[in-house]
Amino acid sequence: MLDSTPAELDTGAAPLLRTVGLTKRYGSFLANEAIDIDVWPMQIHALLGENGAGKSTLVKAIYGLIQPSEGEMRWQGEKMVLSGPSEARSRGIGMVFQHFSLFDNLTVAENVALGLDGKESFKDMSARLEQVSRVYGLPLDPKREVWQLSVGERQRIEIVRALMQNPKFLILDEPTAVLTPQEADQLFVVLNRLKAEGRAILYISHKLEEVKRLCDTATILRGGRKVSTCNPKAETAASLARMMVGGEIKEVRAPANRRTTIPRLVVNDLSLEPDDPHSVRLRNISFELKGGEILGIAGVAGNGQDELFAALSGERLAQDPSTIVIDGHAAGHLSITQRRKLGAAFVPEERLGHGTVPRMKLSENALLTGHAASGMVLHGFVNTAATLKTVDRATETFDVRKAKRDPEAASLSGGNLQKFIVGREILRNPMVLVVSQPTWGVDAGAAAVIRQALLDLAAAGAALLVTSQDLDELAEITDRIAVMFHGHLSEPLPTADASREKLGLLMGGSTLGQKEAAHAVGA
Amino acid sequence: MQLVLEKRAERSNTIALISPLIAIGLTLVTMSILFAILGKNPISALGVYFIDPLTDSYSLQEIAVKATPLVMIAIGLSLCYLANAWNIGAEGQFLVGAVAGSWLAVKTQGTDAGPWVLPAMMLLAAIGGALYALIPAICKVRFGASEILTSLMLVYVADLLLDYLVRGPWRDPKGFNFPTTAEFDPVAAVPVLIEGGRLHLGGVIALVVVAAVAVLLGKTIKGFEIRVVGAAPRAARFGGFNSNQLILLTFAISGALAGLAGIIEVAGPVGHLQPGISPGYGFTAIIVAFLGRLNPVGILIAGLFLALTFIGGEQAQIAMKIPLDVTKVFQGILLFYVLACDSLILYRFKLIFASPKVSSGAH
Repeated sequence: MLDSTPAELDTGAAPLLRTVGLTKRYGSFLANEAIDIDVWPMQIHALLGENGAGKSTLVKAIYGLIQPSEGEMRWQGEKMVLSGPSEARSRGIGMVFQHFSLFDNLTVAENVALGLDGKESFKDMSARLEQVSRVYGLPLDPKREVWQLSVGERQRIEIVRALMQNPKFLILDEPTAVLTPQEADQLFVVLNRLKAEGRAILYISHKLEEVKRLCDTATILRGGRKVSTCNPKAETAASLARMMVGGEIKEVRAPANRRTTIPRLVVNDLSLEPDDPHSVRLRNISFELKGGEILGIAGVAGNGQDELFAALSGERLAQDPSTIVIDGHAAGHLSITQRRKLGAAFVPEERLGHGTVPRMKLSENALLTGHAASGMVLHGFVNTAATLKTVDRATETFDVRKAKRDPEAASLSGGNLQKFIVGREILRNPMVLVVSQPTWGVDAGAAAVIRQALLDLAAAGAALLVTSQDLDELAEITDRIAVMFHGHLSEPLPTADASREKLGLLMGGSTLGQKEAAHAVGA
Repeated sequence: MQLVLEKRAERSNTIALISPLIAIGLTLVTMSILFAILGKNPISALGVYFIDPLTDSYSLQEIAVKATPLVMIAIGLSLCYLANAWNIGAEGQFLVGAVAGSWLAVKTQGTDAGPWVLPAMMLLAAIGGALYALIPAICKVRFGASEILTSLMLVYVADLLLDYLVRGPWRDPKGFNFPTTAEFDPVAAVPVLIEGGRLHLGGVIALVVVAAVAVLLGKTIKGFEIRVVGAAPRAARFGGFNSNQLILLTFAISGALAGLAGIIEVAGPVGHLQPGISPGYGFTAIIVAFLGRLNPVGILIAGLFLALTFIGGEQAQIAMKIPLDVTKVFQGILLFYVLACDSLILYRFKLIFASPKVSSGAH
């Protein structure tokens, strides 16, 4: 250790990973500029920053997916040049991506096998997979095909796959985005155990409270540069957010004069058979949503939220028209276009491929949902000026940042694309808005813009149904929260009464009535 | 050192335009090697193929005549392909259109029926081609049958149907037992544009079709629906577009255009119905559609280029004794390169060096 610095001598060891002046250039654009970080064994190190701050670039370099343009990485004190991810894995660096790299038509076990470099037999590997997933409380059926799984379950595969490689250094990119609080807590137990076992964890997250709770050190990136390395436990969420954004974040505020009006969206005893054997049956779902009100739907991914979205939007039709009533009109039999004409709007969970056509321009994606109502189509011909106007208005109103006036949807960052999608729907002045995961994988700044927009829309008299895995988000913007479990929707609770504990129990399938009864017996 | 394909942030419009040119360039290089192996001088062989046909009026007209069915069929196919519906059976729809239109020509033979005959033949041909194309489309929508297989297999059914008709019921009684109908009456024939020339009204119809589909795709909501269904099926459903309906629609349009091309070929350059009216137009049109980037104007250019290879191939056979099959080899190689070069629209080549330059870590 000839080039040890005094800091290393003090602790008597080198950091597990050190980057020195790490720089990554794409053409003239600096994605990372001279970044120095040290990650030590037995440390959970948070990497914070807005979308585009350079977090992904940095971890891609550490995982060997890209080569740094300048600077170097040192692994246990020695210079490391990675030829690719398999070399990174063989050195003990594992990674769980935010965007899953799974093959839909293969089973869980086959996907895991593809990601491992070892020579063990498929049977042994499957057994080990079941064991690892059981030990860490991340249940998975190795024989299920991935296309049948929810987002949350898919992420479990990624986490288990990384854990199976027994990494010394584990990179996690927003792992809790789709987990219940209990699942997140379980994951934290796993992470703390991994840390106690002497491993290092690099943890990317937007949830600042979570970072404060879990992480020992935080490195904050902004605009490709390191802003600071600090102890998150000594900071407040607000001070961390300030460092990330480089200024104050607008606080989301519910307008004071919000009043509920007439019922805008009523669902009466909606049941729907699954359209393939692995999706969830909707069971007797009923709720009433008034204008000016925001109803949140919590629940573990894969409990029927996708099916409910499809039924409400009209992507799947209900047998009985009266099961779904939009603004007083029986709509269960109406197509999504007809429902839009009744004043409903929808924002699905997947931004690319569902909410937008990735390789089409924003103006064309404005037409995708706007063709029904807003003067974009005249006698079958598209009014390009009107579609561009929607893009400009969404850009202006919701601060959509993009390289040119009308780029392809896929070229926008997640947060900016989501602002565009939400904006596109809000600009149509809907009376009913059904939103799934409004801020999934979106940076703090964009999430605040979107939540504020939802609150403002409710204040203007619209009824909002917001499905989210993020309980903090639901607590922040909703009036009532219901929980989905196995295709059944619980009775909504007033948000003020909906403690994390209560919601967590409902998400796990117990009913509050039973629990209270149990308490009564116990007393 | 390692050569990798790296995904571009946004599709490259420049490459989208020049990719067919790169493909043509690579095809010419490959063909030169092939000519050299055949013992021919590559330069003069390519000259006969691609330059000579452009130097006299007869060949130029002949190129336009050959391009007419190619362009019309390929325009229809491009709609199917944009909607992710794989109609491989345009050859069959072309033949059925020819048969459906010829029916009227045969029935009105010698009756001095009037100028309504040709338009009626074209209408019948379009309807026949559309109905024939709807068979695989309905099988796909209703039963989930692969339209690739069913549409392809129906080509052979159409081929045999035509064969049966010209050898049986529709055979020209004065035709010395040749399998052909009688020469169509003048009212049932596609008029030529210039007296004594080869160029006929079909060329004008093809241009109208190009313009109409360009407007359909670029300016109308229906064209948008077709493009969305192909590009992102889930987003299409979210947009409220019915993919089954669009599959039926694009197959019907595609079949109608192929059928129309069929009757124009029969009632135009050929003059009567007989086996072998198509040197594989329906299949070559697949290459035209992709070479033209599934874009109407691109298809017009690509159709003229492929027509050139047909004419050049004939001349090369006469002048240099190069087998006519070389033309098919040429077209196959071209399709291969076109599809390969298309990766460059979304990806770029990148050289990765095993040991990148790193700055010194010592402070």
